[in-house]
Amino acid sequence: MRIPLSAMIGLILTGLYFFAAIFASWIAPYGMAEAVGDVWEPSSAAHWLGTDQIGRDLLTRMIYGGQTTIFIATAATILSFSTGAIFGFIAAVSGGWVDQILSRFVDLMMSIPSLILALVILSAIDVTVLTLIVLMGLLDSTRVFRLARAVAVDISVMEYVEAARLRGEKIFWIIFREILPNALSPLVAEMGLRFIFMVLFISTLSFLGIGVQPPLADWGGIVKENKDGINFGIGAALYPAVAICTLAISVNLVADWVLTRTTSLKGGRG
Amino acid sequence: MSEPLLKVRDLKIGATIYPPDAKPHDIEIVHGVDFDVMPGKVLGLIGESGAGKSTIGLAAMAYGRGGVKLTGGEVWVNGRDVLQSSRSDVRDLRGGEVTYVSQSAAASFNPAKKIMEQVTEAAILQGKFSKADAEKRAIELFRKLDLPDPENIGTRFPHQVSGGQLQRCMTALALCPQPDLVVFDEPTTALDVTTQIDVLKAIKEAIADTGVAALYITHDLAVVAQVSDHIMVLRQGEMVEYGDVDQIINAPREEYTKALVSVRSIEHKEKTPSGTPILTVENITARYSGTNFDVLKDINVDLHSGQTLAVVGESGSGKSTLARVITGLLPPTKGRIHFNGRDLSNALSSRKPEDLRELQMIYQMADTAMNPRQTVGTIIGRPLEFYFGLKGAEKQKRIQELLDEIELGEGFQDRYPAELSGGQKQRVCIARALAAKPKLIICDEVTSALDPLVADGILKLLLQLQKVEDVAFLFITHDLATVRAIADSIAVMYQGEVVRYGGKTDVLSPPFDDYTDLLLSSVPEMKLGWLEDVIATRKMQSGGN
Repeated sequence: MRIPLSAMIGLILTGLYFFAAIFASWIAPYGMAEAVGDVWEPSSAAHWLGTDQIGRDLLTRMIYGGQTTIFIATAATILSFSTGAIFGFIAAVSGGWVDQILSRFVDLMMSIPSLILALVILSAIDVTVLTLIVLMGLLDSTRVFRLARAVAVDISVMEYVEAARLRGEKIFWIIFREILPNALSPLVAEMGLRFIFMVLFISTLSFLGIGVQPPLADWGGIVKENKDGINFGIGAALYPAVAICTLAISVNLVADWVLTRTTSLKGGRG
Repeated sequence: MSEPLLKVRDLKIGATIYPPDAKPHDIEIVHGVDFDVMPGKVLGLIGESGAGKSTIGLAAMAYGRGGVKLTGGEVWVNGRDVLQSSRSDVRDLRGGEVTYVSQSAAASFNPAKKIMEQVTEAAILQGKFSKADAEKRAIELFRKLDLPDPENIGTRFPHQVSGGQLQRCMTALALCPQPDLVVFDEPTTALDVTTQIDVLKAIKEAIADTGVAALYITHDLAVVAQVSDHIMVLRQGEMVEYGDVDQIINAPREEYTKALVSVRSIEHKEKTPSGTPILTVENITARYSGTNFDVLKDINVDLHSGQTLAVVGESGSGKSTLARVITGLLPPTKGRIHFNGRDLSNALSSRKPEDLRELQMIYQMADTAMNPRQTVGTIIGRPLEFYFGLKGAEKQKRIQELLDEIELGEGFQDRYPAELSGGQKQRVCIARALAAKPKLIICDEVTSALDPLVADGILKLLLQLQKVEDVAFLFITHDLATVRAIADSIAVMYQGEVVRYGGKTDVLSPPFDDYTDLLLSSVPEMKLGWLEDVIATRKMQSGGN
């Protein structure tokens, strides 16, 4: 198997970020909320990226921030995919009024800008990591629903699905054994994209101050905490911005490669 | 003797394949073919799918379809080797000296442009005619091809004419630039038999009138016999036999050619119905939701255990809808279905597992009838597990028995559908149906997508299985040769009604009603001059004309 250069770059960078996130407590040089230096120290041997606005080691904050951001984004993506895909498949396979009700409900949800909806809900409830994940996952599952339904509608008119119906199979067999394996590659590719949107979403919320709450670090939060430094020529806020950007690009490179690879497999459909 | 118009010498064509578990590598698909086409003559290229017919046809235009490379040999058109020609020279060749008629006119016309614009495009771009002259010529060709309203048909869009008409428009498109050679690539394969005959006649006359030479590619020897002067039989990229039409049809030399000529010669003696029928369709009327006309009107047919009822008719006659009603996919608006001593409920969801098991279905396209992500073992094993609760070794044993029964043998259980040939795929679908131990199998055009020899094998297998398993077949087809081969009784359908119904010999003996006569006479026969005879003697014109 030959991996193209772009996918290789994507795999390495994505792997690096996930590695840092998973083993944060081993590789971070200092404690997460530990103030170890002066305010906004420049980078040095002791603090590779310098320190932040209250003297915490910025590299440490970045590593822990990555952990929080990536964990929340991953969990929310998984939630949005499992709910979105299952309901999308059910809508496609059942058709009729089940499809109408689910699809119109999703249309309704999608007509409300998700950021605004999230702002309203989060200002009313207790913000914890769990509520963030559930809220983001459910809001985003409407997008997954659309894709999953579209793909499944295409597949459910295939004769092998009709053959399964004629055999008397139940809906969950049809969904998980006949449709899912054939719908996997577009869904996996979409997963990369949705993961990126989750990273952007949680960073936006944190930047606005209603996402991850201090002292927990996350990339959007680090931008927010250090943004005033930009006025004084201090680039601390740029590191998390660069991290978000490179993660987004590298995950996309991987998703692209997965999509082109899986579509040529075993004569399966895209 | 004059120079041949098209001279092909030792033509080799290769392609790169990408197997799932190995490195991509090059294979050769045409292994050195030689032939000549003289000006004004028609050469028929015949062979089953994968024989390289279309690839060779396109090579006459110095073209290789996606990933196909012309790796060796010479292709001389009008005295120059087009494989060595410059790009601009090849551009003059395509659409100027050599033109092409493809199998699916519907997929080849641009739906957003009017027919006239597309028919005259190449002639104008090649600088052969001015716009006005090209349009005049097109109208002349429309008239020659028997298209209705030749002056105005060009102002229509492709979706506003029928399939048979569009195929003739494509022939006009190919003839418009006054080419020296036309490549016909299965031009009538996608058409109904009753429509095919008109298109064939139009093409044949147009070739004769314009004096153009042609390569006529098809898998149907009976069709090619009607239009060609010479025939070349191809198999797996090699020439099997070359000769004039008379010799190939009446005195074939090679075994393979003999097999092709004698295909459709299965002898099946009609069984007389006895006892109560296993399936009784009573006064069935059905329509699709949201439409305001009945696609089935008051259908009454019986089918006896262990026998075959063939339902014939052209596309749109309601054959497949009848199958959908019987399987429960489309509940009828009126009438009832009696199956194996009990009434079948109309809707699929309210049928008992026993009803579902005893009534199985086989589809036309084996490709889409099998989940591409399941192995053959899973596909055949699922009904065993679902209906009989078989597991583990017991299930494996039964799967192997079924595979032996369909003549596939060992080593197929772990294969994916993509790793099977067309005939093998259809066999696996038959095994899946058999696994349920059904009393009735509905076969929906099961041989239509297969090569004649492979289709013959499938029909023989079905007849054999019928003897062993005592299963009844409801056989839906548009191909009367197939019907002759396997039916015990026949129902002829036309526009949603059964117009003729009875035992095979009765239905196929005169006196005929007009429609049955048209249908019967339209089946190409393996003899010279058949086309002219039919056109002269038939009573009714095709509706799709």
